[in-house]
Amino acid sequence: MAEDLVTVTIEGTQIAVPKGTTIIEAAKQAGVLVPHYCYHPSLPSPAVCRMCLVEVEKAPKLMPACVTTVAEGQVVHVNSDGARKARQGVLEFLLINHPLDCPICDQAGECELQDYTFQEGRAGTRYSKDAKRYNPVEDFGPDILYVANRCILCTRCVRFMDDVAQTPVLNVSERGDRAFIGIDEDQLLDHPWSGNVVDLCPVGSLLSKDFLHKARAWDLDKAASVCPGCSQGCNISIDTRDDVVVRLRPRPNLDVNRHFMCDYGRMDYRWLNRGDRVEAPLLREGQRLHAADWDTALDRFGQLLRDAAGSAVILASGRMSTESLGLVRSLVDRLDVTAAVRVPLGEEAPLAGIPHLALRRERTPNADGARLVGYGTDWSAALAAVPRAGIVIVLDAALSAEDVAVLQSARAPVVVLGTVADDWLRLASLVLPVTSMAEENGTYVNRDGRLQRYQQARSQPGMARPAWWVAGEVLGGPGPDADAPATAAEAFDLLARRYDAFAGLSHGDLGFSGRVLAGAGATASGSAGGTR
Amino acid sequence: MGYPHPSHPKETVVLSQYFGDAGARSYEGWTRRGGYEGLRKALGMAPDAIVEEVKASGLRGRGGAGFPTGLKWSFMPKGDGKPHYLVCNADESEPGTFKDREIMRWTPHALIEGCAIGAFAIGAEVCYIYIRGEFTEPWNVMTAAVAEAYANGALGTNVFGSGKRIEVILHRGAGAYICGEETALMNSIEGRRGNPRIKPPFPAVAGLFALPTTINNVETLAAVPQIMVRGSAWYKGLCLGNPKSTGTKLISVCGHVQRPGNYEITMGTPMKELIYDMCGGMLPGRTLKAVIPGGSSVPIMTAEEAESCVTDYEGVVAAGSMLGSGGMIVMDDTTDMVYQIWRLAKFYAHESCAQCTQCREGTSWTTRILGRILEGQGTQEDLDLLLDLSHNMTGTTICVLSDSCATPIVSGIRKFRGEFEAYLSGARAPVLAGV
Repeated sequence: MAEDLVTVTIEGTQIAVPKGTTIIEAAKQAGVLVPHYCYHPSLPSPAVCRMCLVEVEKAPKLMPACVTTVAEGQVVHVNSDGARKARQGVLEFLLINHPLDCPICDQAGECELQDYTFQEGRAGTRYSKDAKRYNPVEDFGPDILYVANRCILCTRCVRFMDDVAQTPVLNVSERGDRAFIGIDEDQLLDHPWSGNVVDLCPVGSLLSKDFLHKARAWDLDKAASVCPGCSQGCNISIDTRDDVVVRLRPRPNLDVNRHFMCDYGRMDYRWLNRGDRVEAPLLREGQRLHAADWDTALDRFGQLLRDAAGSAVILASGRMSTESLGLVRSLVDRLDVTAAVRVPLGEEAPLAGIPHLALRRERTPNADGARLVGYGTDWSAALAAVPRAGIVIVLDAALSAEDVAVLQSARAPVVVLGTVADDWLRLASLVLPVTSMAEENGTYVNRDGRLQRYQQARSQPGMARPAWWVAGEVLGGPGPDADAPATAAEAFDLLARRYDAFAGLSHGDLGFSGRVLAGAGATASGSAGGTR
Repeated sequence: MGYPHPSHPKETVVLSQYFGDAGARSYEGWTRRGGYEGLRKALGMAPDAIVEEVKASGLRGRGGAGFPTGLKWSFMPKGDGKPHYLVCNADESEPGTFKDREIMRWTPHALIEGCAIGAFAIGAEVCYIYIRGEFTEPWNVMTAAVAEAYANGALGTNVFGSGKRIEVILHRGAGAYICGEETALMNSIEGRRGNPRIKPPFPAVAGLFALPTTINNVETLAAVPQIMVRGSAWYKGLCLGNPKSTGTKLISVCGHVQRPGNYEITMGTPMKELIYDMCGGMLPGRTLKAVIPGGSSVPIMTAEEAESCVTDYEGVVAAGSMLGSGGMIVMDDTTDMVYQIWRLAKFYAHESCAQCTQCREGTSWTTRILGRILEGQGTQEDLDLLLDLSHNMTGTTICVLSDSCATPIVSGIRKFRGEFEAYLSGARAPVLAGV
């Protein structure tokens, strides 16, 4: 056994963990959850909630598992009578001043106070004769409300602002049971990453105004996804209620975003719910676009591609999956191709306490995936090539008035694989309804060359299909094609056969935290995928 | 001496010799009374030799825990190349304790000298004295004395020409009881909220400003010059009880005795002599009911326990309590124990730093239950609840404030249950209506 490993027994399970591991983390590895409130793996541990007290054999009293490090031969009991009684005591103390307003509390259903109380708290109260502490609700910032009455003073929010955001605007004010979370006068909780305090709050004390009373936690469906807001590629969960996206939340990935996401990414989800969608393929007949079935539309697309000569231009959105970008690019291989994704730029907003984590200037999730499959980011060069092109494919790119004016000058047919029914679609020879990132499976490559999967969170509208499916069907030629990819994983397999960067990889290799592509540097902006 | 009373023959006057003697406050007056001899002697010794001398004396921490001082000093790392700090805890906020105040008021140079010796012994160049915010007069006296010590070369970059740098910085607290807890005190000096820290790391490893630190009580440090001058054997010889408790101890006696005051006793003096001889006994016509011997945080003793108790660390433990800081609260037969315990709990509820759940919520909850009992609204279940809550509040938190609140409740209910029952049954008329 390696010298720096320590063997401990936790709830009868013997495990070896690195020296310096806390009992709470060692227990996780042994498959034992030590109930806790103030402890969070991405924050310093103050050991104040005292919920994680465990019995360590030979120790004179119960030890806080969050700050006690393992020792060789240690035997830990998480569910001994003493530890249980202590936890029950803490739960009781936390509840005496906690309102029983779960029916109107957003946290209900995902509340750690509710969960642990249900699990091992007292059935009844012994605090029946006295009034509960009352403090009014405070408005902390643009999106955050503080419901002091529900606060259990775990101080996760204070520590996040102090140690992670390094903008210490929150504090513990007052002493004893009069204590509450205070905010510095003349300050707001408006840091670009402040929304994380809502996720960190183990109870319903810090609430998002955006999500306020929107949905009950148990009515939500969750899909593991990747934030489409910028090139960082924070792992997220897309939470939907009845097929409507109601919020985005960070999903832990210690290598990318730890447990956090920025407010820009968090709030930028309404476009996923847009109702003005293209729901059927539209074919040009003279001056008008007519709805058609997919077979007809795919045949038309194939014909337009076969008829095209000279050069092709692809104007793409950086929110498209690598699979869609790659397969659509394959459609025009025989032509001289100018393909570009538009990369909107914004201010960088770092999270000071976490190296390599920031809201990035490049506000699109897959510019690097696009580069790997033959796209540039020089939007104006691509636009300039439009008038002389033999075919123009718009891959769900959002076009400005100037872009549309250029498109009008195209002599060649314009094929749009789009989501939103914009006015300028009138210019198109063919419009094919495709899915947004929330409606499909796919992958993005973040700025560090990490290939990450995202999963479908809601159903696609109407007849919309993923763009890779459209391209796959067209690639196989007219008529039914058994070899066309039926899933995003199969579409990716085609890319893996074609691009060195993806060689040997499949969706199954990526898991929930992705994989850094071979040859990717600190930023993959320079990395290029050669074609075979 | 039992300041403000004249010294009693049964006292052993060492630290309190000049209480009430305004002439001892000045540098010049202090040196004329033999002051700074200890520091001069210490500067001629190796730091390790000083530590050994203090170890040999048997001196133990006078702030409450009674940890051997020399041993504590020996925990400081040697040759680590880091700055070390000595911190003097002059926050004296334990209810019933008022000995450090008198040391600072009358013999400020005894403390400064002790600080300088201690700092030298542990390899520290800087000593902070953290003085309780409410101590206006001691603050003023100490401020003047420190200035004088600097002016006379007893502090500064070249103490008494030895080439040693020893600085003393006075820091005034802002009135929080919890800042008397050593790690909260260090947070307070650093400008943080006065919350106790988790141990480990212990102060000797990472204390003030995360550097090796020793923290000692005023009375402890004030005794060090005496040990330097008179020797450890003399100090060790001051012992009437258990040989592990040596020297003299200032006992701050308050409550229902004839002559409340600070009494300096040899360790091992019977508590009975302290109460009945030195303090002149109970007030006329009254009898002893209870004693809280070591500041409000320790278990309450019954009259019988107190009268048979030997006043040293081991003796008071044997009698079911703790010597603590030596703040002795004497209560006679007119005392309403329920009320007194409620008052103590209320203090702790007010002073809880709010970090740990059991303390933040438990101190207030128990106070409310006790208040309800005093209002005549209590039930038998309330006593069981108090005991169970006290159990949950004991040994489960970062510091011992929570335990300190539970201690008088548990000992009070156990030893004076009848008084609680009287409120529950209605035999005693409610007080505190509407509290």
